[in-house]
Amino acid sequence: MTDGAVAGPPALVLEGVHKSFGRTEVLRGVDLAVEEHHVVCLIGASGSGKSTLLRCVNLLEPIDEGRIVVGGVDITAPGVDVNAVRKGIGIVFQAFNLFPHMSVLSNVTLGPRKALDLPRAQAEAEALELLGRFGLADRRDDYPDRLSGGQQQRVAILRALAMRPKLMLLDEVTSALDPELVSEVLQLIRELADGGMTMVVATHEMSFARDIANRVCFLDGGAILEEGPPEQIFTEPREPRTQQFLARIVAAGRL
Amino acid sequence: MSARRRGEGRRGVVIALVSTVVVFAGLGFAIANAPGWPEIHRQFFDWAEFRSTFPEILSAFWLNVKIFCISEALILPLALLLAVVRGLPGPVFFPARLLAIAYTDFFRGVPTIIVITLLGFGAPALGLSGIPTSTTFWGIVALVLVYTAYVSEVYRAGIESVHPSQASAARSLGLTHGQSMLYVIVPQAVRRVIPPLLNDFIGLQKDTALVGVLGSIEAFKQTQIDQAASFNFTSGLVAALLFVAITIPLARFTDWLVARDRRRQLAGAAA
Repeated sequence: MTDGAVAGPPALVLEGVHKSFGRTEVLRGVDLAVEEHHVVCLIGASGSGKSTLLRCVNLLEPIDEGRIVVGGVDITAPGVDVNAVRKGIGIVFQAFNLFPHMSVLSNVTLGPRKALDLPRAQAEAEALELLGRFGLADRRDDYPDRLSGGQQQRVAILRALAMRPKLMLLDEVTSALDPELVSEVLQLIRELADGGMTMVVATHEMSFARDIANRVCFLDGGAILEEGPPEQIFTEPREPRTQQFLARIVAAGRL
Repeated sequence: MSARRRGEGRRGVVIALVSTVVVFAGLGFAIANAPGWPEIHRQFFDWAEFRSTFPEILSAFWLNVKIFCISEALILPLALLLAVVRGLPGPVFFPARLLAIAYTDFFRGVPTIIVITLLGFGAPALGLSGIPTSTTFWGIVALVLVYTAYVSEVYRAGIESVHPSQASAARSLGLTHGQSMLYVIVPQAVRRVIPPLLNDFIGLQKDTALVGVLGSIEAFKQTQIDQAASFNFTSGLVAALLFVAITIPLARFTDWLVARDRRRQLAGAAA
């Protein structure tokens, strides 16, 4: 992970993105650029807009103003095929959202089979390869309720990965887990980062963010207040709000 | 310890048996000695009448079963379609949603017997060529129209009970709205509504008797014929028992389905 020059357009660009729910403005002009093969961590208090930002990038929420460009293509332009856009962007949710009526294998193969039109045999072979690589092969026939939270979240990550996305969005993926299950999920994300996956990660795991991120963005009140390399953000934050936020995290023993 | 528990279990069975016998013997004794019992017995529980009317009512009941099966086979997919149409997103589908709502509101509000008589007597009376004149045909059409409205509401409740995060997860994979409904939402919704669906099955099973008013010789119509001939109501008991004989196994079957599903999804939650 170096910050060296990268060829080609950035993997993801947000320009002046605004988003309101009713009268509540959740995003107030977010600007962000993510280079290919980089990991950007979003930190900030609950309600600062991290989740909404990620959902907007995956077009699960329409934006009110601004634009979002993925791999050089404006995905917020009118007439864009949202399903085609989503096939290239994986998102993983805090609450896993696995399909409870399907086995692990079916969860992972549904997208490739139905959205990418892969034949079942090929989709299953690729899914089993993924499950095997991350130690879940023996769970292929289990239903999600039979898995631990950590296993469920790993399956959810693999379900997104099975679409071979160019960009992964992780929305506080360890926040719903028991503490002892967090590390197995973080380990998987670390392997993805080492493999060069471009990721935007909303997280409360500060030491993980410090460890994995190329850049860290501090969101406050629906805008990016401060961003920079993790060493700078975590050791010498410039903005008083960032200092305040990190001081609270330190006081809670989370950094 | 386990021997003692077995002993307690056996004693429980004996107590249940004795108390059941005592209660039912007492009830039987009280009824048989109630004033007017001989008349009631003759009017409603006449064994000879039971035996003589049973074969005809049974063969007439076969028509109820056919009406039920044909109607149900049409209602289940049509109602699901109606529920899905009502949930179509976007302004383009506004008229479709409006039609679905109007249809449901109308046919849930009108008494079934009115729909049946309107169609069953009215449609053949038009005398148009190519229009079927079979009363059973129109009875089935009426039942399908009415029950599709009911059952679509059951499906809709099921669809709306699936958490929106499931749709988010499906759409985030690039599935279309239709694929998300087909593979993710509807399968979960249908599993959840099996018990209320069965309630409507039983209601439909009973309402097949309404087709009798059109003149189709189904079980209820047959009992009326028998009662008009003998002035004895035991034939009604025959028909009642036949209906119950079908609905009770249906109820047990649904219990079994629900239990099986729960086992499959929750059995290993502790693992």
